[in-house]
Amino acid sequence: MNVDIRRQGGVGESVRRVDGIPKVKGAFEYASDLHRDGMLWGATLRSPHPHAQIISMDVSAAAAVPGVVAVLTHADVPGKPTFGLDVQDQPVLAKDVVRYAGEAVAIVAAEDPELARAALEKIAVNYKPLTRVTDMEQALEKSAPPIHPQGNIVRSLTIVHGDPQARADVWVEGMYETGMQDQAPLGPEAGLAVPAADGGVDLFIATQWLHADLGQLAPCLDLPPEKVRLHLSGVGGAFGAREDVSMQIHACMLALRTRRPVKMSYGRQESFYGHVHRHPARIWMRHGASRDGKLVNIQARLLVDGGAYTSTSPAVIGNATSFAAGPYEVPNARLVGTAVFTNNPPCGAMRGFGAVQACFAYEAQMDKLAAALNLDPIELRLKNALRSGSVLPTGQPIAGVAPVRACLQRLQALPLPPEESALDRDPMLLPGGAGNVGHGEALKRGVGIAVGYKNLGYSEGFDDSSEAWVRVSVDNEGPLAEVKTAAVDVGQGLDTIVTQIVRSELGIDRVILRQPDTAIGSAGSSSASRQTMMTGGAVQLACQAVRAEIDRQGGLADLRRPVEASRVFHHRSTGKLDANGQGDPHVTFAFGAARAVVEVDQELGLVRVVQLAVAQDVGRALNPQSVLGQIEGGSAQGLGLALMEEIALVEGQVKNASFTDYLIPTILDMPPVISEIIEEPEPGLPYGAKGVGEPSTVVVPAAVVAALRHATGRELRRAPVKPDDLVGL
Amino acid sequence: MVVRVKVNNEWREAEVWPGASLLTFLRDRLGLYGSKNACEQGECGSCSVWLEGALVCSCLVLAAQAHEREVRTVEGLMADERLHPIQEAFVEAGAVQCGFCTPGFVVAVAELLQKDPTPSPATVREALSGNLCRCTGYQKILDAVSLASSRMRGGT
Ligand code: FES
Ligand code: FES
Repeated sequence: MNVDIRRQGGVGESVRRVDGIPKVKGAFEYASDLHRDGMLWGATLRSPHPHAQIISMDVSAAAAVPGVVAVLTHADVPGKPTFGLDVQDQPVLAKDVVRYAGEAVAIVAAEDPELARAALEKIAVNYKPLTRVTDMEQALEKSAPPIHPQGNIVRSLTIVHGDPQARADVWVEGMYETGMQDQAPLGPEAGLAVPAADGGVDLFIATQWLHADLGQLAPCLDLPPEKVRLHLSGVGGAFGAREDVSMQIHACMLALRTRRPVKMSYGRQESFYGHVHRHPARIWMRHGASRDGKLVNIQARLLVDGGAYTSTSPAVIGNATSFAAGPYEVPNARLVGTAVFTNNPPCGAMRGFGAVQACFAYEAQMDKLAAALNLDPIELRLKNALRSGSVLPTGQPIAGVAPVRACLQRLQALPLPPEESALDRDPMLLPGGAGNVGHGEALKRGVGIAVGYKNLGYSEGFDDSSEAWVRVSVDNEGPLAEVKTAAVDVGQGLDTIVTQIVRSELGIDRVILRQPDTAIGSAGSSSASRQTMMTGGAVQLACQAVRAEIDRQGGLADLRRPVEASRVFHHRSTGKLDANGQGDPHVTFAFGAARAVVEVDQELGLVRVVQLAVAQDVGRALNPQSVLGQIEGGSAQGLGLALMEEIALVEGQVKNASFTDYLIPTILDMPPVISEIIEEPEPGLPYGAKGVGEPSTVVVPAAVVAALRHATGRELRRAPVKPDDLVGL
Repeated sequence: MVVRVKVNNEWREAEVWPGASLLTFLRDRLGLYGSKNACEQGECGSCSVWLEGALVCSCLVLAAQAHEREVRTVEGLMADERLHPIQEAFVEAGAVQCGFCTPGFVVAVAELLQKDPTPSPATVREALSGNLCRCTGYQKILDAVSLASSRMRGGT
């Protein structure tokens, strides 16, 4: 989208979204809206088996269907047969073996989508089922069949801090589990591939990271990178689901083969198979503290299910393990994390990226510890909270701000919502509301809190950067600033932030954002809460360079030729962890705390979340309205994980691949969210601003389940909590 | 089969296969991409349109059922190139993030405020419970509804 904005505010103001008007009109073009005259429709055949050998495949009947233009299999992949963000271990199209139910096996291009789908049914694949591994602990057993030649361990790491044998006065222990959550962005995976005259291809695509897609596409298509040109299309939400490649390579293969534009757009069901999910986790923790409530020693074992292929599992388990002690000072710890392969659907990036699962466990532990010590849960947390200068279990000191105490104190100061009698209440405001199932005779209220943290940007030595180009000219309407980056606005509002930065740096009202593509250098991914810092930083640097040149030429009024500059922003470098998990892995951190107030109908096991309150460390709010939107939206996804969202897997098969069966919070499920923005500018980051997308998602699940424990007295060691876990108290 | 529909006050016709939904007809045959497809099961409300004045999920209605009838879509909401006050309110309240759910919400709110210009918060929640949004957590959508309601009644 090329957007022209005038008279908008700069950094720190709640300016309107630059893409708001086309979006409310229905005129914003999402990838699923793309179309070209004469285009074909692509469709994908997927494996029905979680683990099977492919004995034979016959596509002749499908290819013979009138209107079917191409049917392609692994034999048609022009170049490298596999792709992947970290390790390229996932076949573009399965060859001898399928490793999860839903794996792509063949692709079809046809004159219309119905024909393409009908043709899929005519592809004959002869499978021989193999022993499947669908449980993460089973994957570690000696008898488990190896899913990949190197075995079933994706990554295992141990962080040893201080003396892990250190004795403590009081110990508490627990096992915790979180389920497989789906990002469920409303916009489906979609794109349009157009063959080019030079033998290359142009792909219009909804993605989080154009250049990571490019890096995987070019070798698979056996084309030089300059012949694979990616152009950003409208993105209908992402939340991690678009970090990995879905239909990108397939659409390009079909376009290159047929020499016609090919559109692929997944339906909701296919979307559940077509992208990675949040890793399910099983976490054991043991916390030791002194009698007066200081943490002495934390032991943790974390196991996450990476599913059939690597995706971002190494980074997810790295995060989960390095955050396992929570936002607390602890002198001694042993934290062991393992990610395994199974024949479940691959897991990868989702908002919170490993930090969510860890927080669910360590915050439950802190409540247990508070009970064991007979201390107020907030007091216990305040006593142990990280601060600037604290040393983490990895040995990394916190160089920036760490307002953990401020987050907790802001929550503490908020009054609780008044208790309402169940009797004279609108039944919609009872647990189970719209179902009109109960009358509120057995309501119990609970309050829970959680505090947590997450890294901003990529970790463990990843060389991360973003490039921006800025050009200033003067025409008869006055000065004009044009900006180009490859950074993706997935809905979080980056394009608006960029225009605010340009206005603040250059004092120019008229800003045009050019459509992101791969003609400019990488901006990195719109993930890890990093784009405001990275692309915001690059745009700021480019603006400053342009400003200096304009000043040198005597100011805007005297500008005769356009001035332009490109700049690349790098964050400070980080390092890998050594064999004891020691190092300097993270760029910096954002902290957050949540308080949940719930009501449980003890007879029905139904829950109403009455209120959520979130206090979040944002560094500086560049667009306060949009910060609130991130906190509220992130809270909704956290509430979903706590109460309802889970991909139901039975023997590796997804049983709820639809919005009828996979429930995400509706407007009736969401309570008011009270957001407390904590602004303590972070040194070294542009404008002192931290990324804001993830902390609420990290802490809300733990807070909601803590509130349910408070209401029911049950242990509730697994999220999502189901009615069965709550009934018959 | 050929389906003929009066869409946003204009008669349009196109060829579709008999099983095609009204949503497919509007999007892929008439090029009206404002109504979105996020579930195709009547669960998300992204595809909502008016059929003979009644709000429906166009993914659940056959194109054939709309033959010779009147349909209004989000594209028909603006008057004289000016945003509808509900559209204004969505932008202003920050109710739009990725925006994929927005057209569906905008028409659902238009339907609600037409029937009940001053809905209670509970009424708003109930009326919008068939629309999913994955980005906003709904709070700013509720803000947009009250803003629109007050503006449409002449407030500020
Ligand atoms: S697409 Fe029609 S309700 Fe979801
Ligand atoms: S704004 Fe993205 S789904 Fe509602």
